[in-house]
Order: sequence, then C-alpha cells, then structure tokens
Amino acid sequence: MQLTVWTYEGPPHIGAMRVATAMRGLHYVLHAPQGDTYADLLFTMIERRDARPPVTYTTFQARDLGSDTAAIFKDAVAAAYERFRPEAMIVGASCTAELIQDDPGGLAKALALPIPVIPLDLPAYQKKENWGASETFYRLVRTLCGPKAETVGKAGRRPSCNILGPTALGFRHRDDLVEIRTLLDALGVDVNVVAPLGASPADLGRLGEADFNVVLYPEIARAAGQHLQKTFGQPMVETVPIGVAATIRFVEEVAAVAGVDPAPVLSGAPSRLPWYSRSVDSTYLTGKRVFVFGDATHALAAAQIAATELGFKVVGLGSYAREFAREIRAEAALHGIEATITDDYLEVEAAIQASAAELVLGTQMERHIAKRLGLPCAVISAPIHVQDFPARHSPQMGFEGANVLFDTWVHPLMMGLEEHLLGMFREDSEFHADAAPSHLGPGHQPLPPPSAGEGGPRVSEGRERGAPVPERSPPLPPAPQAPSPAEGGGSSGSAHSTWAPDAEKELKKIPFFVRGKARANTERFARERALPLITVETLYDAKAHFGR
Amino acid sequence: MNAHAPLTAFENERGLEIRQERGQRAVFCGLTGIVWLHRKIQDAFFLVVGSRTCAHLIQSAAGVMIFAEPRFATAIMDERDLAGLADMNDELDAVVGRLVARRPEIKLLFLVGSCPSEVIKLDLSRAAQRLSRSLAPDVRVLSYSGSGIETTFTQGEDACLASLVPEMPAEAANAETSLLVVGALADVVEDQFARIFSEMGIGPVRFLPARRAGAMPPVGENTRYLLAQPFLADTARALEERGATRLAAPFPLGSEGTTGWLKAAADAFGVAAGRFEAATAPGLRRAEQALAPYRAMLTQRRVFFFPDSQLEIPLARFLSREMGAKLVEVGTPYLHRGHLDREMALLPRGTRIVEGQSLDDQMDRCRQARPDLTVCGLGLANPLEAEGLATKWSIELLFTPIQGYDQAGDLAELFARPLVRRTRLEV
Repeated sequence: MQLTVWTYEGPPHIGAMRVATAMRGLHYVLHAPQGDTYADLLFTMIERRDARPPVTYTTFQARDLGSDTAAIFKDAVAAAYERFRPEAMIVGASCTAELIQDDPGGLAKALALPIPVIPLDLPAYQKKENWGASETFYRLVRTLCGPKAETVGKAGRRPSCNILGPTALGFRHRDDLVEIRTLLDALGVDVNVVAPLGASPADLGRLGEADFNVVLYPEIARAAGQHLQKTFGQPMVETVPIGVAATIRFVEEVAAVAGVDPAPVLSGAPSRLPWYSRSVDSTYLTGKRVFVFGDATHALAAAQIAATELGFKVVGLGSYAREFAREIRAEAALHGIEATITDDYLEVEAAIQASAAELVLGTQMERHIAKRLGLPCAVISAPIHVQDFPARHSPQMGFEGANVLFDTWVHPLMMGLEEHLLGMFREDSEFHADAAPSHLGPGHQPLPPPSAGEGGPRVSEGRERGAPVPERSPPLPPAPQAPSPAEGGGSSGSAHSTWAPDAEKELKKIPFFVRGKARANTERFARERALPLITVETLYDAKAHFGR
Repeated sequence: MNAHAPLTAFENERGLEIRQERGQRAVFCGLTGIVWLHRKIQDAFFLVVGSRTCAHLIQSAAGVMIFAEPRFATAIMDERDLAGLADMNDELDAVVGRLVARRPEIKLLFLVGSCPSEVIKLDLSRAAQRLSRSLAPDVRVLSYSGSGIETTFTQGEDACLASLVPEMPAEAANAETSLLVVGALADVVEDQFARIFSEMGIGPVRFLPARRAGAMPPVGENTRYLLAQPFLADTARALEERGATRLAAPFPLGSEGTTGWLKAAADAFGVAAGRFEAATAPGLRRAEQALAPYRAMLTQRRVFFFPDSQLEIPLARFLSREMGAKLVEVGTPYLHRGHLDREMALLPRGTRIVEGQSLDDQMDRCRQARPDLTVCGLGLANPLEAEGLATKWSIELLFTPIQGYDQAGDLAELFARPLVRRTRLEV
C-alpha cells in the first residue's frame, strides 16, 4: 500500500482512453463501476473537447454484483455497437472490474460482431497511464496494421512516413504535430498516417505503406514503432525534436532515412532561440540553477536545452516514468547529479529544496511546489491543467517549439536589464528596501516550506527582519551546498560569531541583492573555522574562499 | 448499461410522472464528498483505501485544492496487497501510522471504502475499531463507504454522517427539546440560520457535522432534526434509531423553500406567528429584492436536469415556482419519496421525474427537447454546448453557498449566468 496525495499518472485505462479519444471510428467499452465516468471530464474540461470521449462504461453497481455483471458487459458492447457503428472496438476492465474477473475479451468475442474487437489487458494494480496508452496503441497497431504492403518502387514518388505518438490529453501534442508536419513537408517527405491522433482503424491498416516511422513520444509509441520495424522493416526515427540541436538532429536523421537533402531546411536561421540566447540580455541566465522534472521525453529534452542552449546549470533532474529510469540517470550523470526517479511529489519537493534551484521546470505539481517555495517555474510536461491546453499555437517541438521554450522559460525569470536596473536603483529612496526583486510583486510572501520544521531554510525569516531575500541568482558565487539556514540574512547561523561594527558597515556596501548571500557565506566561513568575531578581513577571506 | 433494457415504470403521485431508468450512468461516486466534507470538519482526515483510479478521481475533483496540505489522501492498493488479506491489514496499519505521525493535529480519521476495497471485502469497520484502540485517546477512527458501486456523489456525505451518528453523545433523558440541523452547510449559511433560529427563540440549535471532531452534538428522544440536504437517507435512519424525530419540510433553497424549512422548526417549537414573521421578514425582503432581476431572465425558460446530486427536485421547484421556469425533465440519481414529499407537492402537475439514468437515451431526449438550459455534469457540459445547448454545470451547486434567504439571489444567478453569457457573446 502506498500513501498518496497526488498521482502524476492515472490508472492504465486512462491511457487507453487517451488513445481511443484521439482516434476516429473507434469505440471503447470499459467494464467499470459507477463513478469511473469522472475520466470524461479530463477530456471535456481540461482539453476542452467538444464531444464526449468515445467510451461506454458499464457503470455496474453493488446490486449488480450478485447477478450477472458479465451479461451487463455483453449488453453494453452490443448496445454501443448498435448506436455508434464503430469500425473497431477495444474492450477492457478498470481496476474494480479486474477484481470481479469477468473476461471482457471473451465476452465480446462471443457476440461475434462484424468488426475487429480488441481486448486490452491493463493490469491496474501494477501499471499506470502512459503504459496503458502504449499498450493500447501497440495492440491496435498489431491487430489492424494489415499485411505487408507491396514494395512499390521509390522512383518518381516522394518518400513517406507515419507519425506515431500524439494522443488526446497530450502536452502540446496538437501543436507539435503541426510543426513536425511542416518540417517533413519542407524536407519533401509525405505523411502517410498520423496515429493515434486523428487516425481511424482503417488508417492503421495503411501503416505498412510508409517508408519509415517517426516516433514523437517514445513512452506512448515506441512499442508500436518497434512492432512496425519488425513487421514491415520500417526504420524508426526516435530522436525527440525538442530544442534546436535535437531538431537539427531529427531533420538530419529523417533526411538520411528518406534519402533527401536536409540542407534547405537547416539553412538560414530557422529558430530565434540561438540569437536570443546569445544576445547580451541573456548573459544573466548563465549558470542559473534549474531543477527539471517531468515525463521522460520532456525532462530529458529540457535538461539538454537548459544546459547547452540557455546556459543554465542543471542542479536537479528527475522523472516519474520508471520505465525510462535508465535514460534519465544517464542524462543526470552528464550534469554531475543524481536523478530523482519517483512518483511521490513530496520527494520531488524535498529534492527541489535541497538543490537550491533558482528555476523549476516541471509539471503542474512542480508549479505548485515552486509557488510555495517562492521560486520561478515553467511547465514542461504533463500532468497539466487547463491553462496548458492554450488556444494559441504553442508547440514544444521543432524550431518554433524552441522559440516557445525560450519565451516560456525565461519569462518567469526577470529580464536581465530589468533585474540590473532594479538592482542599481534599489537603494534610491523611491525603492522600498523590502520589495522583492521579482515580478511576483511587493505583496508576494513565499510560504515557508512545509517540511522545513527541522532546520530547513525558512525563507520568510529573513523577510521578517527586513533583509532582502535573494530570490534571483546574484552574479556572485552560488553556495555550492544547500543554502544555510542563515540565507536571507537571518541570524540563526551566527550563533558562534558576532559581526564587528566595521565589518557590518563593510557588508552594507555590498549591493543589497547579493548581501544576503555574502552574509550567509561569511557566517558559514566563520562558523567552520570557529571564529568568534567577524572582521572586515573575515568578510573578504570568505569572499575569496567562496569565489569562483 | 447495467440493465438489459430500461425500466419504464410509471407512477402517478400528485400528477407527477415518475419514471425509473437503468443503464449507463454519468455520475460521480461518493468519494467526491470528501472534497467538501474535509473543509467542514476541520480536524478530520479522510483516507481512501482504494486504487490509483480513486486517487486520480479525487485529484481531478479537488483540482487546485490538493496542494493546500489537504486532509485527504489515498492508500493505493497494489498487487502485493491483493495477494492476502492479513498482509493488507498490516499494510493499512503501517500507512495510518505514518499518516498520524506526519499530521499530529488530526483528531478524527475516516477510512473511506472504495469499489476495489468493497469488492475484495476488506473489512474497514474492523480496521477502524482496531486502529481506534491503538491510537486512543488522540485519534478516533471511523469508516464508511464512498464507493461508486454503493454511493452516488452526495451519498458519500450521507455515508460519512451516518458513521458519525453512533459517535454522538447521548442527550440526557430530561433534556429540553433541541433542534439538530443535519447536512454540511457553508459556515456563513450555518451562522445565518443560527441567528434566525435564535430570533425565533428556538434553542438549543446544533449542527451535524460539527466543525470539530470533538464537538459532535448530542442526540436523543428530545432531538428534533431538520434535514438541510435532500441526500441524507441513511443519516436520517441512524438518527431515528437514536430516538430523534424528523421535522418534515421542504429544503431551504430559494425564498419559499427557506421559509417552509424554518416554519417546520417554528411549528415544532411552538413559535408564535408574529414572532416567526418578525424573524423571517428581513430575509424574505432581501431575498425578494435579490431574486427580482433574475426572474425576467429565467421566466418561461425550459430547463432539463441530468441526475447528479439529489438536489435536482428542490432546485426544479425553486426554478419553476420562484423564477417561472418550465421543467422539461428532472433527473435524480435517487428519489427518497419520504424526504422529498413536501418538495414534490410543490412541483407543477405533469413534471417528468426520472430516477436513475440511461445516459445515451437521456441525451437523445435532451437533444430532442432542445431545452433553454441543461443542468449537467462536467463530462456532458461542453459536448452539449458544442451542440448549441446552454448548460449549467451541476457540481458548482455543491461548492457554492446556495441555501437560505441571503443566498437565494446567488442561486438564481448561477442559472441565469450561462443564459446572460450567451446573449453577450457575438462570436
């Protein structure tokens, strides 16, 4: 038994719903108790779909358990077929129906419907949402992908590919697809089938006609892509084109597989990110400490972009996708850190605090954790809330995706010039010494971290004493370890040393926005050396010690 | 689709057409009640024993609230737990131990049963007794079922309150007659009612649930209780087993319902007519003033209710009698004929009430009727809007204070707003 307040992923039948809802002409009959229809509103409210998901639930109740729930299931399948006339159906059980052990596959087969009926076995007590989506898509592809297409001569026609992976409730899947289609078109590659999003069962029957497959989201489509590779010998491009470098790599790989020239697509300046990142206003981004958490696809991409395209320092990397733990650990090792592989958001919260991050890139959950800790944050991965299914075009993939990422990640940080000016004029009389150097506004008070009771950093303490809290990275040496309790100007760390008056005066000459850190570093320096009195000398000794 | 064919049992009661329907149901399960109950009992914690689906449901229903150190969580059963029951009880004890250590301010812990825990027959009432013994005197542990197979949406509150009834202290045999208001109400509404009762000279007045676990009201032969919510069948039965007597009344929605509800208490406590009028007159006047602007927007509008919370019949009564709306169909997940007797007497003749649901059939009827306003859950609202029907999502009626005189205008506004919005949008 696991104690859970928040889950990053739903149960596996939600994954199956994401595939069914993405497709056309497919219907899902789910053996499930009354109440499981709550899942509909993820699609109708969060993604704002204008139709109910194509799912019929048996919604059995306690009084049905004594009788024949199997008959209820059969009736539901028959009625759904009559009403919706789908091209194919998937049938399966939710967690409760799994326990009552009716056999959806066998029961549906007995009806001998004139369409393919694909049974799903989704172990609800072992697996989760993304696995459910992957398994469902794999089963559909395996059943429906048809016989091997006749090899048509390549001469005189454009190469073609399938795009695999976009689903309903996917983070920016709609817009990623637009970007990828544009790239492929510019390369001279035709798109044969996109699946599951927008595909019908008949479309899945045409998968074999393509020359190769593009797997956009490995957690959903890798299994299906591998099956097609085995069955049709279709090569698979699995590079996830998030970020400028990854997109270039993606274009080159597609071009190599398709036998076309990538140069026209890559020429010029297809993304603004490189120039924006090189412009002097971005200098202040250098070494910003960033914590990255999300699904495997987006967390891996974000870590690479953060380090190599924005010049951040990745101080934390993790994922809730245990299936991809090895890849995440390998990437973390490149940044010299240990990966956080967990689906417990309290562990993520602790890891964020310990990392002393200045920017958090994560899911909806990390957005809330960051809000609590008073840290800037941007969302890079599901689970997400309604605002991350925006009306405007906002892909993550491709060159336009890179532009979106630059804006989205930098926005919560203050623009460099703004930060500099605020700092310069901070001690002018117009500026209140207590105002936070942040867009969050003067009224913003970060909450004390929830589990900081035992000596964790309590950000609000310094605030009460009127000392500025360095919420942004000052251009001074960042503390290499976790922040000391004294960060923010509190006196709790100076129990063993006192400040000499002239040292205190000297400290005041240091710009306010690095003063908190200077004080903390100096006090730690003094404490470690058991110096009873902090002098001007100590101050500069500490500066030299902690300096780069 | 839990019946082979929809049942079409017609019944005639006061000229109402009452029909039962079975089939696919688009409703929440009783676990959802936790989302508002935990805010009402401030030192209680709700631990669902269930699956990942249960945890996912609660977080979907609780939305953003989940991050304010909520007092609810799920103990997710995994494959290991399903292997053997003895092991499962140990696991549960360990989870509760961790929880209580982490949240020492908790005084009352509800173990909430779910579909998976009910189906495997995990005995949560025994677990609650065992844990109560080991955690006494700091934490009291109770259990109830919020499973979808047994409860629909608001019935979760009923099951929760019913589990509290045996915990209520016994009222002294010679105690003066007291009034008990049953059903979780917003604090502001509770306080308004307390003031009105006090002006009428009714007392003592107590509320179930109380705001703190240690302050649950006493109950006994001299307790007269008023249901503030229509979905409290089991709680009422449990109170009657402890000797309390129900005061038959309509529910305090809208100005007429509130007056009828207060009048039931006034009559039982022998409040003179003049005093009753003096106590209710200011509220009635304010309600009338607040309702007037919405009447023009709602009059003659045709309203269709999908089943959700059992509030549908009192709401339909309010809309038809006070706002002049026409009722196309009033769906309810469950119809307690005794508790809703006074309400049904106020519905217009010919009103079609449908108990239960066959979703696709009901959607067909709704599409065919093309009502001006459809009250339904969030799974149906946007799809129906996309078909050109104005909707009011029903769950808001559980989270918004709507009872009493001073909320009558807010209640009308909830129904008027989607219609007003339609007239504003030009795109």
